[in-house]
Amino acid sequence: MAAITLNVIVQGLLTGLVYGLMALGLSVIFGVMRVVNFAHGELTVVAMYAAFILFEILHLDPLIALLPVAAVFFGVGYLLQRTLISPFIGRAEHEQFILLVGLATVIVNGLLMIFGPDARPINLSYSFDSYAVGGIFIDKVRVLAAIAAVAVAAALFLFFRYTRTGTAIRACADNLTGAAVVGLNVKQLYAVTFGIGLACVGAAGTLMATIADASPSLAQAYTLLAFTIVIVGGLGSMVGALIGGVLIGVSEALAGFYVQPSMKSMFSFALLIIVLVLRPQGLMGRRL
Amino acid sequence: MPTDYHGFSRRQLLAGTAAGTAFLAMPSIIRAQTQSLKIAVVLPQSGYLAQAGQSCHRGALVSSSVLADFGHKVELMHIDMESNPDVARTQTERAINEGAQCVVGAFDSAGTLAIAQVCEQRQVPLIVNIGAAPQLTEQGYKFLVRNFPTGGMLVSNGLKQIKTLIEATKVAPKTAVFLHANDNFGMAQRHGMDKVFPTAGMPFKLLDSIPYDPKAQDLSVEVTKIRGLNPDLLLVVTRAADAIKLVRDIVRQKFQPMGIISPGAPGLYDEEFYKALGPLADYHVDAIPWANPKSKVTQALQAAYKKQQPSYRFAVECFNVGFTFDALLIAADAFKRAGTATGPELMQALKATNLTDHAMIGPPIKFDEKGQNVDIPSSCVQNRAQTPTVVLPADVATMTPVLPEPPWQGRT
Repeated sequence: MAAITLNVIVQGLLTGLVYGLMALGLSVIFGVMRVVNFAHGELTVVAMYAAFILFEILHLDPLIALLPVAAVFFGVGYLLQRTLISPFIGRAEHEQFILLVGLATVIVNGLLMIFGPDARPINLSYSFDSYAVGGIFIDKVRVLAAIAAVAVAAALFLFFRYTRTGTAIRACADNLTGAAVVGLNVKQLYAVTFGIGLACVGAAGTLMATIADASPSLAQAYTLLAFTIVIVGGLGSMVGALIGGVLIGVSEALAGFYVQPSMKSMFSFALLIIVLVLRPQGLMGRRL
Repeated sequence: MPTDYHGFSRRQLLAGTAAGTAFLAMPSIIRAQTQSLKIAVVLPQSGYLAQAGQSCHRGALVSSSVLADFGHKVELMHIDMESNPDVARTQTERAINEGAQCVVGAFDSAGTLAIAQVCEQRQVPLIVNIGAAPQLTEQGYKFLVRNFPTGGMLVSNGLKQIKTLIEATKVAPKTAVFLHANDNFGMAQRHGMDKVFPTAGMPFKLLDSIPYDPKAQDLSVEVTKIRGLNPDLLLVVTRAADAIKLVRDIVRQKFQPMGIISPGAPGLYDEEFYKALGPLADYHVDAIPWANPKSKVTQALQAAYKKQQPSYRFAVECFNVGFTFDALLIAADAFKRAGTATGPELMQALKATNLTDHAMIGPPIKFDEKGQNVDIPSSCVQNRAQTPTVVLPADVATMTPVLPEPPWQGRT
């Protein structure tokens, strides 16, 4: 029984790390720009389909496709912010909400029209492999996806910590007026930030495609999941997003095993409520 | 000079007027005789049930021409309920407002229940093509008939076939776990299992019944739980996307049951399932109603399907296509006998249905006082070379059943 429990925890932890990377993008965007990306899940699914197409046409492993997909998503994010999002910054929150929900609806229906409703799996040569460690079976795809997620998150931390652009973005997040006064090009930095946020989404979606089959019906669930994770972890906190992802992944897995698998989501929402009541800023967020 | 006077007598004038009137009226007389039945076909063509809904939709698209060949005239309105009962309700209302005289649908029991309320209020007959929830025929709807087994019937007939399968293959499973989707359909099967299994006389014990969220992105936790129980057989009620996730996680966790068997659910025989899993899709069994290959109706349907839907295999889709066709055939047959599309009269004709030639295996289609066809037998369909193949009963089988399933390792 101990081995089975450990199996469940490990699987949950590995999946949670990928969830965390997905939520990281949302946290980065909100932390700097105070824009809540309600199309987050939809964009994640777009990245899953991108990975699927690259695999089908070029036989590119998603772990390798991660880099070009993230790069393309950076470009898309940059342009999206410059053209569509920028005019809405500073406007009423409900206007941002409607804009991004509208974008989400267009994306999901576009995916349905292009790909149809069938789930699209990526059948890698190692899709069915697992590592046997004692009595535990750990999926190879989850291990590789989790390692890649941690690597991307680490690269992001290093970017924000040690590069000039990263420092400048943090300055905008800390004190927008001050950043403008010292001559930082805030609009440009916002666009770069949105690009980085979507690059995280692109990377996460590519990794997610190795764990789940791409389908338009996943979009809303991923948006909700990303919000749950960042609220639990702390909106605007990158470390919080990763911790939140792991917490949600493990709690869902344990709840599914010990209570009932169909109640997995119920427990992650229960955790969300507890955090909101006891620590509304999230586990790693700054006090509101 | 003589005059040649061509005048009309009164008789000639009257005869000419009558002939002219008859001539002018001829088109409307002809129209009245060839009047077709307007049927709203409500299906989940998008949303999480889209895969099966579109399969049924392809069946509906092909059905018009096949029904015409058999002397029935129908006009179909294709409605997408988006896998959402609220949309099913509003779209059915709209279809009836636009002239639908009969409704066929809706694959999903929750959506069908919503439609049933509308049809009852509007006195428009509803023929359920696929939908297993017992409530559909237990709530006293007067404008509903169902040519599909209830969850209980599916389970009961399915367990009978599983028993026959075990006897035919001479295996001796001692334990089983039942895994089912946590939605209307899955719960209908679960209630059926809870009710029927204790008295079914099966040679194995049911260790647990595990519900899962059909929208979950993977079933690794569920498979870990099953692996902990280590049953000989895994009985499943899934749809295609879930079935793919299930088998994938089972292979990853190196769990090798004697068999994965469905007591009457889709998923294990869907094209999506075969494409995703290849050889790992083989040897799973579905105890389920199936198309009758010996019926001339099925043969005509198959020929038309091959012509009109060349990208899809009838062998894989015949469950959804066959039941959808049969529902439309029931409507058309009742219309022919009633001679009218008025709701109450059409409904009376539907209740008196006795249809011998139809697509699915079984005796003539008849409905009891609740509107349920209680005589829809199941057969055992096993995946062989990624094609659903009837292996039981022996008189309609094309291959012999294989159990236990071969190990996963040899198949990839």
